[in-house]
Amino acid sequence: MRLLSAFVIGLIFGLGITVSGMINPAKVLNFFDIAGTWDPSLAFVMAGALAVAVPGYRLVLARPAPVMESRFQLPETRAIDRKLVLGSAVFGLGWGIAGFCPGGALPALGTGARDVYIFLAALVVGLLAARWVQARTTATARPL
Amino acid sequence: METEFTPLASFGGGLMIGAAAVLLMAFHGRIFGATGILGGLFRFSDLSDWSLRAALIVGMAAGPLVYLLATGTPPELGQPVPAWAVALGGLIVGLGTSYGGGCTSGHGVCGIARFSHRSLVATACFMASAVLTVYVLRHVV
Repeated sequence: MRLLSAFVIGLIFGLGITVSGMINPAKVLNFFDIAGTWDPSLAFVMAGALAVAVPGYRLVLARPAPVMESRFQLPETRAIDRKLVLGSAVFGLGWGIAGFCPGGALPALGTGARDVYIFLAALVVGLLAARWVQARTTATARPL
Repeated sequence: METEFTPLASFGGGLMIGAAAVLLMAFHGRIFGATGILGGLFRFSDLSDWSLRAALIVGMAAGPLVYLLATGTPPELGQPVPAWAVALGGLIVGLGTSYGGGCTSGHGVCGIARFSHRSLVATACFMASAVLTVYVLRHVV
């Protein structure tokens, strides 16, 4: 039941990414290309997602626990530090170069497109490299 | 290369993305962050956690297949940049999302939906940085 539920939820997400056009790196890059072939569609993706997620989260998080687990797992970090700001800026750099982000690329796996496999392989290398480095440095959150 | 402006399809797809985020929280108590879901796949200490992530990813990848079955046409996927740029971008995205603690789905949708200040700052940073990157690559270099 647990895995079936996760599969269906993943499928809804994957369909949403496909229908919205987020799956297409050409569309994503055009969203960022304000001075050129600008395609503002992806602002509508964000608007649609938040139109559901804002009231939905409010309702769900008012409950004592999720249906299939004992508790909600919410991020506890609050610090707005250099790591958050620089890490996110670096993510934007990579997103602007490749046109894929992780949430667009995972559903795109199902298209069999060569670039998706290249992107995801490189993404995993980056994730694991960062994890390896972080495990070897003392993680002290420095204020901005 | 121009792409067609699709406000209705994009808004509709967005509604589904939002619904998936809410359902994952309601049933499994988790944030729908693609980076987090993928990153956890490379930790093998907890099989029940691992299988949940794997089921989510298989579901996501089934999205375009169900789309093809329903509409009869595969989703459009352009190749706007060469393969080396896809690889370089992927590596950089992996480093950045790891340090930044999330990506578009985790910070941009789930974080903002629960009014997390961290996620608002992160989203502003990666959006601005992506716009700047595309500007430089397409109009300056």
